[in-house]
Amino acid sequence: MLNITKLTKRFGDKIAVDAANISVAQPTMIGIIGRSGAGKSTLLRMLNRLSDASDGSIIFDGQDVTALRGAAKRDWQSQCAMIFQQFNLVPRMDVVSNVLHGTLNKRSTMATLFNLYPQADIHRAIEILDRLGIAEQAPKRAEALSGGQQQRVAIARALMQDPKIILADEPIASLDPMNAQVVMRSLRTIHEEDGRMVIANLHTLDTARRYCDRVIGMRDGRIVFDGTPAQLTTGVARDIYGAGADFSEAATSTEIETLNRPGVREAEAYV
Amino acid sequence: MADITLTQSPQGVDSIQSSYVAQVQRRRLYGGLTLLIFVVLMVSGFNVADDRNAGGFWDGLHQIGDYPADVLSEAWEKRADLPALMAKYFPALIETVNIAAVSTLIGAIGGLALSLLGTRGLARWPRLIPLFRRISDIMRAVPEIVIALVLIFVLGGGPVPAMIAIAIHTAGALGKMFSEVAENADLKPVEGLASTGATWSQRMLLGVLPQVAPNYISYALLRFEINIRASAILGFVGAGGLGYELRNAMAWGPGRFDEAGAIFILLFGTIVFFDQVSSRYRNRLTEGQGQ
Repeated sequence: MLNITKLTKRFGDKIAVDAANISVAQPTMIGIIGRSGAGKSTLLRMLNRLSDASDGSIIFDGQDVTALRGAAKRDWQSQCAMIFQQFNLVPRMDVVSNVLHGTLNKRSTMATLFNLYPQADIHRAIEILDRLGIAEQAPKRAEALSGGQQQRVAIARALMQDPKIILADEPIASLDPMNAQVVMRSLRTIHEEDGRMVIANLHTLDTARRYCDRVIGMRDGRIVFDGTPAQLTTGVARDIYGAGADFSEAATSTEIETLNRPGVREAEAYV
Repeated sequence: MADITLTQSPQGVDSIQSSYVAQVQRRRLYGGLTLLIFVVLMVSGFNVADDRNAGGFWDGLHQIGDYPADVLSEAWEKRADLPALMAKYFPALIETVNIAAVSTLIGAIGGLALSLLGTRGLARWPRLIPLFRRISDIMRAVPEIVIALVLIFVLGGGPVPAMIAIAIHTAGALGKMFSEVAENADLKPVEGLASTGATWSQRMLLGVLPQVAPNYISYALLRFEINIRASAILGFVGAGGLGYELRNAMAWGPGRFDEAGAIFILLFGTIVFFDQVSSRYRNRLTEGQGQ
């Protein structure tokens, strides 16, 4: 389904992603973990074609994504939705308009400028919002919502695109643990109910282990681990994060339960 | 507040949908009406203006290229003279650029004083802030050409009235832009300097100016570009420089269009040159700030 071969991104003489090979046969929920600067975001941005690959190829359903230009590239982007750490909504527009932005690829500039979306689309946008539990917020401005709600609006925008893949770049890094849980659970539900592929950059091990079917570990631009959550032992995690023996998984956790576990405070002191 | 379970809304999706659609339709109606009124006003306004016009817009439209074509064809016939004419008018160009440079400098100093005196938090006399703001409003509200005409009447023709006129307008315009920048300046250094017993002017020059200097210089350069154009135009009303020569060449009609052509080339080249230089320098100032 998705085949990434020797995908490389260079910024000057620095290599951000170094010959990444990933092959996915069926819609899966994939978590990518690694330290900040390991190349996780660059990898996702190349998949969405927000930035161009220096080398290598991305093949999706037989189509070479890296070679797409112009309208074909934008068409690919509409099939490959992206969710950002800072939500990237238009703050002064209302929630439904933000969700309707998911259909921009199919509409003309003039129609969208005058807010002339078909009624069916508006109804669908509100249904998606309802599915994510924030339908009441529909007429409010996006900036008036809390972080967790804004991220769910961003997910709704992604769903409005009716994408084959949903890319999530650190979707919960700016959220508190409660909202993080809601957002991750929404992504998991979308994967299970709609059968969409979800690829999420995550900065905590336990989130990856809990919500993903497959975990990919990156370190310094290279893929150093690719397997099931069960194979992700503490030793492997130490390798991915390049940490010493003092590394404790709980230290990276955002789950509420771990806060009460003894030893977390000490571990945090090391990190 | 986060609802952990993705509950369905108590209101019901249908009612939310219908109320939102109603809201959208109302918005579209208002938007459509506004657009309609705008179009009607534009069309009727154009017709009124066209009726009052001596020549008529549609009758004159096809002749729009005639005059430039005359100028260009005559200049092309005498193209061998162009370099000599450009050399002849080069001093006038220097005069025009000089007027612009001096007036920008004086205007920027005036604008600096006006902006610091008119910014909340920095002003020397906080009660007089509205006064200084109105002064800068008035200075930029009066067009350069009006001030120049009055001054030429009083002082006689020449570069000095033009320089004063442009400097006054520049001080008002830059005062406004400078004070917007100064409003965002960090007040902590100013407080630090105040704690050492510094005077107001020391606090401003040593505490505020280093923070805002890149933006100020960038605005001043932008103003310099504008002032080159302004000083060329002021030549038309007798303020000397390239504009004066251009008016003479154009007003005397056919026979001197080669001179007009030479002046156009000089003026155009100068404006493009200074535009490029200052935009490159301004880019460096704004982008290089972090380094």
